[in-house]
Amino acid sequence: MATRIELQVNGKTLRTDADSERNLLSVLRDDLDLTGTKYGCGEGQCGACTVLVDGFPQRSCLTPAGSVIGKQITTIEGLEQDGKLHPLQQAFLDEGAMQCAYCTSGMIMSGVGLLRHNPSPTPAEIIRFMEGNICRCGTHPRIVAAIGKAAKMLQESAK
Amino acid sequence: MKGERIPEAVLEPERYEFQEPPLYHFDLNRRQFFKTLGAGIVVYVLLHNFEVDAQQESGGRGRRGGGFGWPLPQDIGTWLHIAEDGTATAYTGKVDVGQGSRTELTQVVAEELRMPVSSVHMVMADTDLVPFDMGTFGSQTTPQMVPRLRRAAAAARDVLVGMAATAWTVDRKELVVADGKITHPPTKRSSTYGQFTKGQKITAAISEDVPTTPPDQWKIEGHPISKVDGLNFVTGRHKYASDMKLPGMLYGKVLRPASFKATLNSIDTKAAASMPGVTVVRDGNFVGVAAPSESDALRAMAAIHAEWKSTPQPSGRELFDYLKKNSMGGDDRSGHSAGSMEDGLAAADKKLKQTYTVAYIAHAPLEPRAAVAEWKDEKLTVWTGSQRPFGVRSELANALRIPELNVRVIVPDTGAGYGGKHSGETAVEAARLARAAGKPVKVVWTREEEFTWAYFRPAGVIDVSSGVRNDGTITAWEFHNYNSGGAGIRTPYEVPNQRIEFHPVESPLRQGSYRALAATANHFARETHMDELARAIKIDPLEFRRRNLKDARLIAVFDAAAQAFGWNKRKAPPGGGFGIAGGFEKGGNVATCAEAAVDRPNGTVKIVRVVTAFECGAIINPDNLKNQIVGATIMAIGGALFEAIEFDNGRILNPHFSTYRVPRFDDVPIIETILIDRKDLPSAGAGECPIVALAPAVGNAIFDAAGIRLRSLPMIPNGLHEAT
Repeated sequence: MATRIELQVNGKTLRTDADSERNLLSVLRDDLDLTGTKYGCGEGQCGACTVLVDGFPQRSCLTPAGSVIGKQITTIEGLEQDGKLHPLQQAFLDEGAMQCAYCTSGMIMSGVGLLRHNPSPTPAEIIRFMEGNICRCGTHPRIVAAIGKAAKMLQESAK
Repeated sequence: MKGERIPEAVLEPERYEFQEPPLYHFDLNRRQFFKTLGAGIVVYVLLHNFEVDAQQESGGRGRRGGGFGWPLPQDIGTWLHIAEDGTATAYTGKVDVGQGSRTELTQVVAEELRMPVSSVHMVMADTDLVPFDMGTFGSQTTPQMVPRLRRAAAAARDVLVGMAATAWTVDRKELVVADGKITHPPTKRSSTYGQFTKGQKITAAISEDVPTTPPDQWKIEGHPISKVDGLNFVTGRHKYASDMKLPGMLYGKVLRPASFKATLNSIDTKAAASMPGVTVVRDGNFVGVAAPSESDALRAMAAIHAEWKSTPQPSGRELFDYLKKNSMGGDDRSGHSAGSMEDGLAAADKKLKQTYTVAYIAHAPLEPRAAVAEWKDEKLTVWTGSQRPFGVRSELANALRIPELNVRVIVPDTGAGYGGKHSGETAVEAARLARAAGKPVKVVWTREEEFTWAYFRPAGVIDVSSGVRNDGTITAWEFHNYNSGGAGIRTPYEVPNQRIEFHPVESPLRQGSYRALAATANHFARETHMDELARAIKIDPLEFRRRNLKDARLIAVFDAAAQAFGWNKRKAPPGGGFGIAGGFEKGGNVATCAEAAVDRPNGTVKIVRVVTAFECGAIINPDNLKNQIVGATIMAIGGALFEAIEFDNGRILNPHFSTYRVPRFDDVPIIETILIDRKDLPSAGAGECPIVALAPAVGNAIFDAAGIRLRSLPMIPNGLHEAT
């Protein structure tokens, strides 16, 4: 049954009435109006619904909302800081790493998750990590380039 | 033949229209509409007669569908408004499904108006606001909509220059237009467009061609402009149809039959209908629910008990026999005949007969079909992802028995189509549920629904029979395509004796358009067979093609691809092989060289490197063009190697990404694109053509590497062992 739950999303505490077994994707999209996170398959096969949970990429379509209470959830809407794009968002623009862009949110969230734990991935490491994200338009080489570029931007800014 | 380009139909005839003719066609009140745009200048483009004819032809209703003639405003191709603030807004019925039309059309308007890209807005695919358009398919946006917008923008600039000349009482020839401003250098006067449009209310029609900027003087067209609204996508702000939410909106689900063509034996919806806030609709063969949340809708669906009566139907294992046995005879429109096959075969040193097959495959756009429908009084508004907003409007009017005038379809930039979103299923479902519920309703298909209830790229069988002389001259060419289609069926090679036929079949599965239609299947059969012929007479496959080609544009892409690839200079490493293929389609010319690595003990194939040369006339946006070529190449890898819909007696057996394999990061080879920019030729579309050469190039490379000839798409769904 639906109960009041509190979620920590993009640094804010958000409340909704939801069955704790409901998937996080539908809570984010339908209840909290955070529609940047996309439905692609509902089975964890395409990565369009990827969000960060405590800094790790997770498929929100397979995540019960009740399982992330008290954890820090980051969606695509939470990447911008003080009106400034995250370097990976900027790199996607610079590399033109999209066509229909429906996969873009999930690609960026997976990429951000990768860079948090591997700040200078090789192209082979990027490819292996991104294998679970589907782009049907075929922009894969540009996405790999964008993640590589963002890694460099992050390292420059850390110096 | 004699080296002449085969004339292409102005528009690809659509074989697979699902819709009945619409009930009504009402005129849009043009004068009233232009009033709503407010002050400023409106320029609209009257279509040439042949363009109007073409629209009717493709819609199929004017001539084939029962005599409904299209009234106005079908003679208007586009319109453009320059507001009092000096910004320009162009109106078009085309959609952006990721192919980059919004950016391309923005460039075109900005170029002719001599203003920054950021000052131009496109209103696309809103049937209440834009002129009729038959749809975004057949690579028509570039050859058809681009010239119209150019004319409109050039005419608007002309009007503005005239206004400046009058206002300043100077000779218009002395005026210079740049950066959204008109300047008169002798008197050093300068004003923005907004200064001249303020308080004006001018409407101008252009029917004649107005001079537009020659490609060698382009400053915005011809340059790599980034996706104009890219920021909205990397921030998640863009609202796709599936992201729409209206106050009080309900979530809809539709009951699906247990198998295709199944009919209801019995149904009990009482339990579902008694759930709070749930509306159940049963209307003819349609059963659906609308509920306050998606989980409520799913619970209501689970409470419906239905029994189905199924109908026996063909299964995948018997598909190709079925297609051959059930063909309905030749289709004259795409067929071609010349000389005599008997003479041609008699003149040959070597003869070859082979059969090629292609499976049904799914578009699987990452955004599944989605729609939000809202009724206000008798007026219906539907937001949906579709390539045919006006087609969906007709579908809605027809299904709901209401006039088209009362239907508005709005297509936000959509999560891809690839030819797979011509139909309006979710729009009709959402509208029917919303009418019953008295509230807006959203329907988003699940991935399983999208894999099952959309339509597929047609499967096909292709029989090829040929004769060749030892000097490399092809003497005979017979080509029969069963079911997959007539696009790209004719050979670009010079053959005096040929017989080419497309044989339609009542398809076991619902089928329709797919990026490049049947050109992929026909190029696969033709370019594989060409490789087989070259091997039979021991001539290099590129040299063999060159000996039989006169088409300079096609030869140019073959040579460009071969040179960049190192076709004549490099030798494949052990276990590796090279393949080449090419052709033309939708006004574009493509040649692809591929390197494959075959691991015979493990039965695996890796595409190592692909070089594609492409020429589609004057390039409008080289970066977007490269993106399209690479994207088509990667999409082609799926159909070439492993994508196939499996089905059994009316059920799809693999309606999930876990069982229907699409290309992923690790499948992507090194891809190089060679663009040939022909500024002397009109621009053609590029979303489709680059997909056609990959599969045969890879198949030919596999043969070169391992001596294994693969004649079925996909070539290795379960690895090389099972394919041989």
